[in-house]
Amino acid sequence: MVNTNVTLCGLELANPVIPASGTFGYGLEFAKLYDINCLGSFSCKGTTLEPRFGNPTPRIAEGNAGMLNSVGLQNPGVDAVIAEEFPKLAQVFRKPILANVCGFSVEEYVAVARKFDACDQVGWLELNISCPNVHGGGMGFGTSCDSAAEVTAAVKAVTKKPLIVKLTPNVTDIVSIAKACEEAGADAISLINTVLAMRIDLKTRKPVLRNITGGLSGPAVFPLALRMVWQVYEAVQIPILGLGGVSTSEDVIEMMLSGATAVGVGAANLRDPFACKRIIEQLPAVMERYGITDLKSIIGGAHHG
Amino acid sequence: MNQSTFTLIQNTPLTASVHELKLRGDCSAITVPGQFVQVSLPGKFLRRPFSVCDWTEDTLTLCVQRNGSGTEALCSLPAGTELDLLTGLGNGYSTRHVTPIPLLVGGGSGVGALYSLAKHLCDRGKVVTAALCFRTAADVYYVNQFKAIDAQVYVYTEDGSMGEQGNALDALELTHSQLFACGPLGMLAALDANEELDAQLSLEARMGCGFGACMGCTIETADGPRRVCADGPVFPGGVITW
Ligand SMILES: Cc1cc2nc3c(=O)[nH]c(=O)nc-3n(C[C@H](O)[C@H](O)[C@H](O)COP(=O)(O)OP(=O)(O)OC[C@H]3O[C@@H](n4cnc5c(N)ncnc54)[C@H](O)[C@@H]3O)c2cc1C
Ligand SMILES: Cc1cc2nc3c(=O)[nH]c(=O)nc-3n(C[C@H](O)[C@H](O)[C@H](O)COP(=O)(O)O)c2cc1C
Ligand code: FES
Repeated sequence: MVNTNVTLCGLELANPVIPASGTFGYGLEFAKLYDINCLGSFSCKGTTLEPRFGNPTPRIAEGNAGMLNSVGLQNPGVDAVIAEEFPKLAQVFRKPILANVCGFSVEEYVAVARKFDACDQVGWLELNISCPNVHGGGMGFGTSCDSAAEVTAAVKAVTKKPLIVKLTPNVTDIVSIAKACEEAGADAISLINTVLAMRIDLKTRKPVLRNITGGLSGPAVFPLALRMVWQVYEAVQIPILGLGGVSTSEDVIEMMLSGATAVGVGAANLRDPFACKRIIEQLPAVMERYGITDLKSIIGGAHHG
Repeated sequence: MNQSTFTLIQNTPLTASVHELKLRGDCSAITVPGQFVQVSLPGKFLRRPFSVCDWTEDTLTLCVQRNGSGTEALCSLPAGTELDLLTGLGNGYSTRHVTPIPLLVGGGSGVGALYSLAKHLCDRGKVVTAALCFRTAADVYYVNQFKAIDAQVYVYTEDGSMGEQGNALDALELTHSQLFACGPLGMLAALDANEELDAQLSLEARMGCGFGACMGCTIETADGPRRVCADGPVFPGGVITW
């Protein structure tokens, strides 16, 4: 028997697999397909203070071995999420979730975080300072050490829950930003959000996405994400939720060897709605194949010796 | 929704750009005319959405128009090819209250998509008027299929090279009855501008998932944002913000 348990900021997970924010809605679509209690946890759709439609469509494009999205944080607003989505989720999911906190100002992040902090269903806050699809907010906070630290500290001050700060790869030095978040009180780092990208339609000679640019994710970004997890692992003491392009149990193990304590799965869920179930079911056999009996023992394993 | 493997049993060109694909597999998740499937293609990350043109317990018919590299590849697949499909997606048409002489208007690749609805309504004794709209004679397909189920078929071409010269809007003169429409967004928007119509419109959108998880396909409606894949693809007339 192998042991797939890991601990993320003091909370135990039956396995490290966590569907990524924005690719799992509030869980309900997937709960119709399989018992989502097999998941370690999941991260809900990015949530702002007020309802948002998001960006104009088209906001999805094909990538090579991946996809682009410019959804732009469509969500019904934090009050509706807590009043309407969470009770429905409670019927189908018994474990604590990650609440993905978004905003356009420090005050908004703090207001959303306060509301999620009061929810028993929320185990962790995942502070999304990395969305490439909104102007004047989101990624803006994640691209400088000062603003990343400012919003991290402000949110940390209003929550008792573990605070995971989600970073954007669209920066020159991910390590310094991760360190700034750690110093400001982050309990964990998640990375990566999507990579800023675009496509052009040859027939119309115009960008495919109405927003012109969008975020690339899926298998194409896996080596990039793996490299960033590696670098951040070397620089911080807090745990890492590694994500970006993960679609197999082997990817989960590789991400953990690079330094991830838990592993997010995003775009893979959209292509294959059973992706996380499959990854979790196959994990023990793949662990055995690579001689792993206790999964947490391999975290950062590629850095040593 | 189901995920399962289908086998291509027949790939027939209907025109230079539209192929009819017959597949064998488990269709138990398909319950209503107007639903769609998501087809996984080798080398493509995103699945491609196609309307169900017809189905039985274990056979599925799609009409695929060449539109880009994915549909090109699909149209050239040989019989015997296995494909991974998500089936039973979307709401489909509501057929609970249908007037005795419904009007079905299809444009381009939307024509095939109305076939199972036409069949369903004819089976229920409705007198179905089917207006099939194309650019030009060379694009016309499925006329005989609609005739074979006793629909009253009217063909419109923009250049008048077959049937009546005209488009979907001209078809509205055929009958002032309940309207079911599937075709390009521009056509649907033009039809929807007729406020007094009792209409059901089947929309297209770029999709990330096809089953309601990603918010990629959202449209604005009078009732707030709606997902084309999960709340649609069929919407009532008069609610969409075009
Ligand atoms: C609900 C629904 C039902 C459909 N039914 C049919 C049908 O019965 N027959 C048919 O021929 N076509 C249908 N389409 C359109 C069909 O999905 C696209 O033509 C196809 O996805 C294009 O793929 P491609 O690789 O050839 O084009 P590319 O341009 O290479 O595709 C790139 C990306 O854009 C997307 N895309 C491009 N054009 C469209 C479009 N018009 N609608 C949605 N996504 C698009 C593709 O899915 C892919 O993700 C339907 C679309 C929807 C949303
Ligand atoms: C359609 C879509 C929507 C997303 N929405 C969010 C979001 O609301 N909040 C967030 O923090 N990340 C969001 N992301 C980013 C993912 O959570 C993840 O970080 C990224 O996609 C990389 O993982 P992947 O390659 O496995 O998809 C979204 C990604 C996709 C594809
Ligand atoms: S395509 Fe993902 S929600 Fe509609």
